[in-house]
Amino acid sequence: MKNALALALATLFLSGQAALAAEPQVERQQAMKSVGQAMGTLAKTAKGEIDYDAVAVEEAFAAMNTATVNFIDKFPEGSETGHETEASPNIWSDRPGFEKAVKQFDTDTANAVAAAPQDIAAFRAEFGKVAQNCKTCHETYRVSKK
Amino acid sequence: MRRLFGLLVLIAVAAAVVLWFLSAPGKLDEADFAGLAEPDLARGEEMFWAGGCASCHAAPGAKGDDKLLLSGGLAIESDFGTFHAPNISPDKDAGIGNWTFRQFANAMKKGTSPQGTHLYPSFPYTSYTRMTMSDLNDMWGYLQTLPASDNVAPDHALGFPFNIRRAVGLWNLLYLRDGPVIVFDSPDDAVSRGQYLVEGPGHCGECHTPRSPIGGLEFGEWMAGATNPDGEGIIPNITPDGSIKSWSAGDIAYYLESGFTPDFDTAGGSMVSVQENMARLPASDREAIAAYLKAIPGRPNGYPARGG
Repeated sequence: MKNALALALATLFLSGQAALAAEPQVERQQAMKSVGQAMGTLAKTAKGEIDYDAVAVEEAFAAMNTATVNFIDKFPEGSETGHETEASPNIWSDRPGFEKAVKQFDTDTANAVAAAPQDIAAFRAEFGKVAQNCKTCHETYRVSKK
Repeated sequence: MRRLFGLLVLIAVAAAVVLWFLSAPGKLDEADFAGLAEPDLARGEEMFWAGGCASCHAAPGAKGDDKLLLSGGLAIESDFGTFHAPNISPDKDAGIGNWTFRQFANAMKKGTSPQGTHLYPSFPYTSYTRMTMSDLNDMWGYLQTLPASDNVAPDHALGFPFNIRRAVGLWNLLYLRDGPVIVFDSPDDAVSRGQYLVEGPGHCGECHTPRSPIGGLEFGEWMAGATNPDGEGIIPNITPDGSIKSWSAGDIAYYLESGFTPDFDTAGGSMVSVQENMARLPASDREAIAAYLKAIPGRPNGYPARGG
């Protein structure tokens, strides 16, 4: 009986987690978090805080590129508010502009993966192009709330 | 009864006369212009970026060299109506090509136009008033070297009573102060330089400090963050108790240089343009700004806690 209760609670908890993860606001926040993590590796490399590691760099560019998969679908109508979203209303009022910005990030990260830079000089060129996307998109399509 | 009415009319007329005089646009003294040398254009360019001129006066979305074409055009949609940043390129008709340095300095330090009327404080003369005449002289020299644009920017579209220009004079009595905002006991050189850049040309307080219902800065909540004066969301609290509490001075300087926060998030909204301006300053200036932000008093958030 006790086990059954524990199981039921566990199931409830897990399904709750699943329901939470299915919220588009949460999904896109997780996608952005993965981009931020990858950015950490790349920026520290650019600053010379960590030694150049071609594999880690390629993985970081690839993680960013993965985050763009279905990214625009994570902003459906009705998800403009809630879950502390910092998505700007511009995403819904200027959909083509937003989609273009995401496409640019997709292209630039894919190019960086393909370039597979082997040294810091080659890396910096790709990194500059990729990093510019962060600000360009956040300038118009994100609002700060905290 | 009739005498009482007459007295009231007299009081009203007297009050109107007093208000008219109190609201008069200010002017610099002749002595303020003494001893100015030929403008140093390189220093003028630094002041141009520190002052963030391009963020409002270049065409919205301008990048790279397009930021040097100060055609005007940004619309600031505030609670008081829509302010349109004017053309300040050297064009003689559409821009400020016919202005003298005296007129420019009066606009920057007194908020007074060449016609002797008040400018609106959407143009942050309330901060620029703390700039030195020497820096203004250099900045003016640099502005002359920029390309002219014949774009005619629209007039402001403000609601009553904010469309009464003369009333800005009364507002100035309350909010136009040229002394330092924060008084330090014994600031080092970096903090002093940072104070000048932040409180003067950088005009950081204009967005990062909350405003009263009539739009004046709440100096007691300096840099405590505020609701966005021009759109959604908030402008963060950048006092040592605010959003950047855990940042080191080096983190702040790196953010101003690169746009990246210590956890590799980035600048967003209007701060993107500001950060790109700051990236053009000497590294020592970004470090000075960081030193100042670490030295000012901490404050609780100057904007309401968010619901839901």
